[in-house]
Amino acid sequence: MIENWPLLTIITFLPMIGVLFLLMIRGDEASVTRNARHVALWVSGFTFIISLALVFGFDSTSSGYQFEENRAWLPAVGISYHLGVDGISMPFILLSTLLSPLAILASWKAITHRVREYMIAFLVLETMMIGMFASLDMLMFYLFFEGVLIPMFLIIGVWGGGRRVYAAFKFFLYTLLGSVLMLVCMLAMYLDAGTTDIPALTAHSFAAGVQTWLFIGFLASFAVKVPMWPVHTWLPDAHVEAPTAGSMILAGVLLKMGGYGFIRFSLPMFPLASEMFAPLIFALSIIAIVYTSLVALAQSDMKKLIAYSSVAHMGFVTIGIFTLTEQGVAGAMFQMISHGLVSAALFFCVGVVYDRLHTRDISAYGGVAAVMPRYAVFFMFMMLASVGLPGTSGFVGEMLVLVGAWKASSWVAFFTATGLVLGATYMLWLYRRVMFGTIESADVGAMERISRREVLIFAPLTVLVLWFGIYPASLLDVMANSILAVLDNAASGGAMVIAGR
Amino acid sequence: MIDFSMADILPALPEIFLSGMALVLVLVAAFGGEGAQNARRVTQIAMGSIVVALILVTGAYGGMTPAFGGMYSADAFSGYMKVLVMLGTFAALAMSLRTEGDSDINKPEYSLLILLALVGMMLMISADNLMSLYMAIELQSLPLYVVAAMRTNSLRSSEAGLKYFLLGALSSGMLLYGASLVYGFAGSTDFGQISAALAGRDLPPVFIIGMVFMVSGLAFKISAAPFHMWTPDVYEGSPTLVTALFAIAPKVAAISLMMRLTYGAFGGIADQWQQVLIALSVASMVIGALGAIMQTDIKRMMAYSSIAHMGYALAGLAAGSPDGAMGVMIYMTGYVFMGAGSFSIILLMRRDKAEATRIVDLKGLSRTHPMLALGLLVMMFSMAGIPPLAGFFGKWYVFLAAVQAGLVPLAVIGVVMSVVGAFYYLRIIRLMYFEDTDTPLDPGVPATNRVVLGVSLVVVLLFFVGLGSLLEAADSAAMALVASG
Repeated sequence: MIENWPLLTIITFLPMIGVLFLLMIRGDEASVTRNARHVALWVSGFTFIISLALVFGFDSTSSGYQFEENRAWLPAVGISYHLGVDGISMPFILLSTLLSPLAILASWKAITHRVREYMIAFLVLETMMIGMFASLDMLMFYLFFEGVLIPMFLIIGVWGGGRRVYAAFKFFLYTLLGSVLMLVCMLAMYLDAGTTDIPALTAHSFAAGVQTWLFIGFLASFAVKVPMWPVHTWLPDAHVEAPTAGSMILAGVLLKMGGYGFIRFSLPMFPLASEMFAPLIFALSIIAIVYTSLVALAQSDMKKLIAYSSVAHMGFVTIGIFTLTEQGVAGAMFQMISHGLVSAALFFCVGVVYDRLHTRDISAYGGVAAVMPRYAVFFMFMMLASVGLPGTSGFVGEMLVLVGAWKASSWVAFFTATGLVLGATYMLWLYRRVMFGTIESADVGAMERISRREVLIFAPLTVLVLWFGIYPASLLDVMANSILAVLDNAASGGAMVIAGR
Repeated sequence: MIDFSMADILPALPEIFLSGMALVLVLVAAFGGEGAQNARRVTQIAMGSIVVALILVTGAYGGMTPAFGGMYSADAFSGYMKVLVMLGTFAALAMSLRTEGDSDINKPEYSLLILLALVGMMLMISADNLMSLYMAIELQSLPLYVVAAMRTNSLRSSEAGLKYFLLGALSSGMLLYGASLVYGFAGSTDFGQISAALAGRDLPPVFIIGMVFMVSGLAFKISAAPFHMWTPDVYEGSPTLVTALFAIAPKVAAISLMMRLTYGAFGGIADQWQQVLIALSVASMVIGALGAIMQTDIKRMMAYSSIAHMGYALAGLAAGSPDGAMGVMIYMTGYVFMGAGSFSIILLMRRDKAEATRIVDLKGLSRTHPMLALGLLVMMFSMAGIPPLAGFFGKWYVFLAAVQAGLVPLAVIGVVMSVVGAFYYLRIIRLMYFEDTDTPLDPGVPATNRVVLGVSLVVVLLFFVGLGSLLEAADSAAMALVASG
């Protein structure tokens, strides 16, 4: 019975039903605002509950695509409406459906004007994110991948901070420029293979010279998304200006689109080029890790500090992916999920105190732990998870990446490890400056303790970070077979092209 | 002496019907009494005639033999493009219905002239001979020169009309001169026979000059750079309603003519005109994108935007393949609806009953007119080519054809310029959504604008739903176009 339901279609487009409801709400300003919040929360919460069916129905012994839906869309030209998940995309869908209601809850009090439009933007964003991870057709993937820009541009631009216009434009144009170069490559791939079906493209072997160009085009797009040094400069601006919930989704899910793209497209489809460009990726990632960690140390703005730490953490991810080893890719995947949870929580940590004091300046705080003890616990836990304390999900990802990096090159592993040290430094220092010490300002002393709503946002993130830290196999088992399939495909695909020449 | 038969009349029935109705409307205009009431009646009759002609066109779609001794062909291609032209003209006429108090537009001549121009445009799409090509262009152009100068007491409008006329005459002259050289070489004015005469022969420079002249003359009509100079001035100076028409229907007709000429008459020598089209395409994309950034008037900005859009369409045409033709058709389909939707909003940019068409006048529109702002937001994102909106699919198909034809650098320039273009579309969204205003635009949205905007929104938002059947229609149209050569 339930197997026959188009589950992925339902999960993807359920938020759009919520958008229709939101458009239909009538009444005075106050009731529209109240209703809009509730509709958005219920719809996204419901989407999350339905998406749990993916977890329970998922067969982790299989490496193929599951919950597949394949319908004719443009049959004449070999483009179809093709959805499906494997162990790589399924965790990301869950991450998106989990973070969306939490983000909506996080903006409950923080967003007070144009609430209806805000919620519409968020639900559209949710559809785009889920659709992107669920797409098994390259054109559909691109539609969702780019479509994300529209709601995010508005979220930063309308509800952001002081320099929101600059940040929104920078975010949009940077990402668009990367994506259109990928688009040209997609056109070339479509013409070469005659289809936009992702499984078919994975099986297709592109000529070695072609692979190089295609890889560069895709790199342009994914490197901006991840973001990799030196195209990361949009990220601090976007994070600082975006509202708290926007930062949570941006760091939690949108950055992962780049890493996901590398695993879904670059590795299996351009294996030779991936191997060829791996040293370049390592170099860029190491610079990202070391350089942005140092930059993070110098920040006086909490959000900017965490934004730079995201760049550094995503550097681990790109290193892990391009080690082309099982441990490295699994570690990168694990790190992405872990960072999705932790960075969302950290941005919310900033949001909590920002809502009270309306500043993100580290020097304005100090001694917060004494006033908000429960908050201090959550913040410390997330801070340690970000640093990679054993027992948290952060540790597993970083360790696996290091193992993979060691296999690839001991130098890469060495520089990657320095990132861990630097990461610990800036996070611990941030924590000390904000939470400990004496209470300097009266405003800090008057801050309210965290509310039940805020605990409700922290709780699931904390539980998951702890769960994945203690029992990583629960996540690794889901991904393992799919990752092996990707790497097998990369190896055999590379061999086929070489044999063919 | 050519004798006509029913076989000639039937394919051309829509044009014959519209010409007849135009004559009837002359009588209505002359004897129907004075004032706005009569103008309104003329507009309504004109709109009704377009609906009837639309039914005739869709009924006569495809399978028709060339009529009038090969002067005129009604195939699947002309059917497809004529529907677009008629929809665009219909929208422009519909939006002129609610112009109470605007005595310049509220004249019976207005709709009458536009109907005549429509006949010209439809003949352009069907023209299969150098003679009918030229006559159709003139029939389309002359009424439009007049409506551009419709605001007789406005210096800007008269200037626009004069500029349009002078440059239009210049381009017609170039076209005619080119046509004479082509005729001199090929010995026939028929596209099919020109194509046959060119096959397998060495082409003398004189012929190449003639061909380039013809393409340049047509580039004037679609305002492709470097023949675009008149566009911003004419767009800005003409009454906004007329600008709305200029931005949509004549562009479709002129590019159809260009397609027929290049794929039909010059179908066998694609390597000769490809270079020209590539140059036009790159110049239009670059000048359109960069020129729009500095504009302060939305009509001028839309002029540069249309130059850029023509550049994208030409990129598909430059591919010289049936897929390229298909791409152009998909592109123009989206373009018609994006243009109609955008102008349905730009037309309402009035403050204290006076036109307020500076871009900054859109400030805070999302507060004062939330639905209009949302509509313009969708149109702007679509024009910027952001998926999943209509504009994206147009770009996908033209660049697909370009890459297929090996024109990868052209495609790369195109997509990079679309990022530059995104900047000024985003600027409009910024003004509407990120900023506030103390001086809102006039309230009230006439029903006709609402319908035009609503229909355009549905098409632009749900373009991907109908894309399958659209592709089929465009494919058979492209086949018909290529076969006509």
